[in-house]
Amino acid sequence: MIGAGMTLFRRRLQETGKEMCFEATKMALDSAGLTRADVDMVVCGTAPDAFDGVAMKGEYLLDGSGGYRKPCTRVFTGGGTGVFSTIAGWWHVASGLADVVLVVNEEKMSSCQPHPQSVFANIWDPILDRPLKPNLVWIFAMEMNRYMTVYGVKKEDIARVAVKNKRNAVGHPCAQLADPNITVDDVLNSEVMAWPVQRLDISPPSDGASAVILASEDFIRKRRIKDRAWISGVGWCIDSTMWTDRDLVFPEYVARAAKHAYKMAKIDAPRRQIDFAEPYDPFDYKELHHLEGLLLADKGEAPVLTREGVTERDGKLPVCPSGGLLGVGNPIAATMGMKIGELFWQLTGQAGKRQIPHEVHTGVSQAWGDLMQYGSVVVMKG
Amino acid sequence: MTARISRWPGIELRAADLIEGKVTQTRFRPDAKYAWSAGEAMSRFLEELQNGRFIARTCHKCERILFPPRMFCEECFRPTDEWTFIQDTGTIETFSVSYLDTDAKRIVEPILVGVVSLDGASPKMGMMHYFGEMTKEEIRIGMRVKAEWKPPGDRRGSVLDIRYFRPLRED
Amino acid sequence: MTFLDRTTDARKFRHWEGNVEADYIYTSGVAGERFFVTLRDEGRMLASRCTVCKLDYLPPRMFCEDCFAELTEFVDVPRAGRVAAVTVAHIDRTGAKLSHPQVWAFVTFEGIRGGLFHRLLVAPKQARAGLSVQVRLKPRNGRTGTIADIEGFEPVRS
Repeated sequence: MIGAGMTLFRRRLQETGKEMCFEATKMALDSAGLTRADVDMVVCGTAPDAFDGVAMKGEYLLDGSGGYRKPCTRVFTGGGTGVFSTIAGWWHVASGLADVVLVVNEEKMSSCQPHPQSVFANIWDPILDRPLKPNLVWIFAMEMNRYMTVYGVKKEDIARVAVKNKRNAVGHPCAQLADPNITVDDVLNSEVMAWPVQRLDISPPSDGASAVILASEDFIRKRRIKDRAWISGVGWCIDSTMWTDRDLVFPEYVARAAKHAYKMAKIDAPRRQIDFAEPYDPFDYKELHHLEGLLLADKGEAPVLTREGVTERDGKLPVCPSGGLLGVGNPIAATMGMKIGELFWQLTGQAGKRQIPHEVHTGVSQAWGDLMQYGSVVVMKG
Repeated sequence: MTARISRWPGIELRAADLIEGKVTQTRFRPDAKYAWSAGEAMSRFLEELQNGRFIARTCHKCERILFPPRMFCEECFRPTDEWTFIQDTGTIETFSVSYLDTDAKRIVEPILVGVVSLDGASPKMGMMHYFGEMTKEEIRIGMRVKAEWKPPGDRRGSVLDIRYFRPLRED
Repeated sequence: MTFLDRTTDARKFRHWEGNVEADYIYTSGVAGERFFVTLRDEGRMLASRCTVCKLDYLPPRMFCEDCFAELTEFVDVPRAGRVAAVTVAHIDRTGAKLSHPQVWAFVTFEGIRGGLFHRLLVAPKQARAGLSVQVRLKPRNGRTGTIADIEGFEPVRS
């Protein structure tokens, strides 16, 4: 990876989807010293068309993504797109078909009225679930409840994740919800949405775009590109939509994706060999759930590590040094800016106020999506 | 990010900017209506709900009793073998106490909702539904429950033919 | 391999009905805001200029799709344009029959890349490519800053 860019993440931005893509893509190209003419192929990652309200959204966004008259692909795996589109970009280069690939992710959730919740509802099965008029928060609440009950996790320990990430986000120039003063009590006193989920446990809907540039070794050598980080492992996995048949306490699909990525990266002891992690944190309990899925903590151990400060930016295993979705915002696919972009910026020493104070060489990022079923994992090294 | 990048793009708008017309905008309402085919398995499932019963499918290869029923086993990737009825009692696997309705509006009386794994199906095979005749203090994972059916004349062949799951009383 | 069970009575097949409802508000964006505000308040149409590629885009956009430069210069679109293609519609968006057929056209302008799609304000019999046309706007108090501020294209009076 040789460049990255992103827009501000906010509840609503004036730019159209195309314009947001242009801003992020231009930033990425400028940061790597490239022009659109250097780009061979483009991958666009964007979640349901229904948020922006434009059908064939990938095609719609392509001119802003630098894709005019170039080979282009759109990929979409729900929330997993934030990491998965980078994996798809990796295919393009690793296969030998392209030397330089742009990966551009975007979401404009503010178009959807009165609230993006209205179209989230369509993810539920029309016959089994929708007649019950469910709210999407219910399914997170049910998963969170199961996790808390099976391992005896207290809400205080889960709230610590929201506090850590929103404080970490203070160092992020694009952050929507950074808060240097937030406390565990603030989270525990926030409005109950669907118990056990409370308002400050959740990341907000956002508008935003992010872009990264992937290049082959040949290209990097020829152009003498100094700022680069290598993708050493990729993995992805999906479970069934019959989510009521599964025990939600452990994300098996994340573990499988992680195992593939670690194998490729020749990592057999992830807890020792991974220096920092950007797991997907749309809810605070999800960071814990995913740390265990990523095999960076034993089952039920992630809350303990959090309580002990291991996952703070200056801890032994910094988790979400970017501020995550909880602090920076959640424009679904565009979260690539924090999940993948952050790995790049940390590994090339460009993370500014968020730079992890000790040396890091290997990071893992993970995104998650759909009906509690999709996991995508990327391992990067400096 | 380094000092190299000084300008982060993005023009923030407030909800009021849109409502008051401070920026130009185009409004649109799609008019999408659907009639989803229930298919082989779910058609029979809905028919049996109207009869006040739960029906499942068996896979002889992995020896699972699959509920909700499906015509193919997703693990063995082969057609399922037979219909079999299961019980309308089960166990609460997880639940939530929701103060939000489907449009994310706040409600005063919370909705109790969750997943019930049903007796007679393979372990963990379940469905989502409401819980009733219990308070938010009483509900817990592991509680034994039974479906409370609507009277036969009110049943339409829908998951709403069950009003809710209620505590299983040994009577 | 097919399913082992097959229902043969079509009446036993059930459907579940529902809708997928949402409303949308689309912001015009950076370039669009400039275009629609100028159209609404001044009754003029703007294109955006790429000085590198030496072309003017209509509708105007914030970036050149080819050289990827950011476009900040706006120019006026010539008054008269030419109908490049035309069609006559007899049904509406939902498939219902229109009470009167509607004529629609794609209009291009000399020296401008792109063009506009809108109503052509002639009788169906007179609709043809090649017509020289100009914009007819709604009166100022009827304009809100959307493409509907344009009533349609009408033939230029020679």
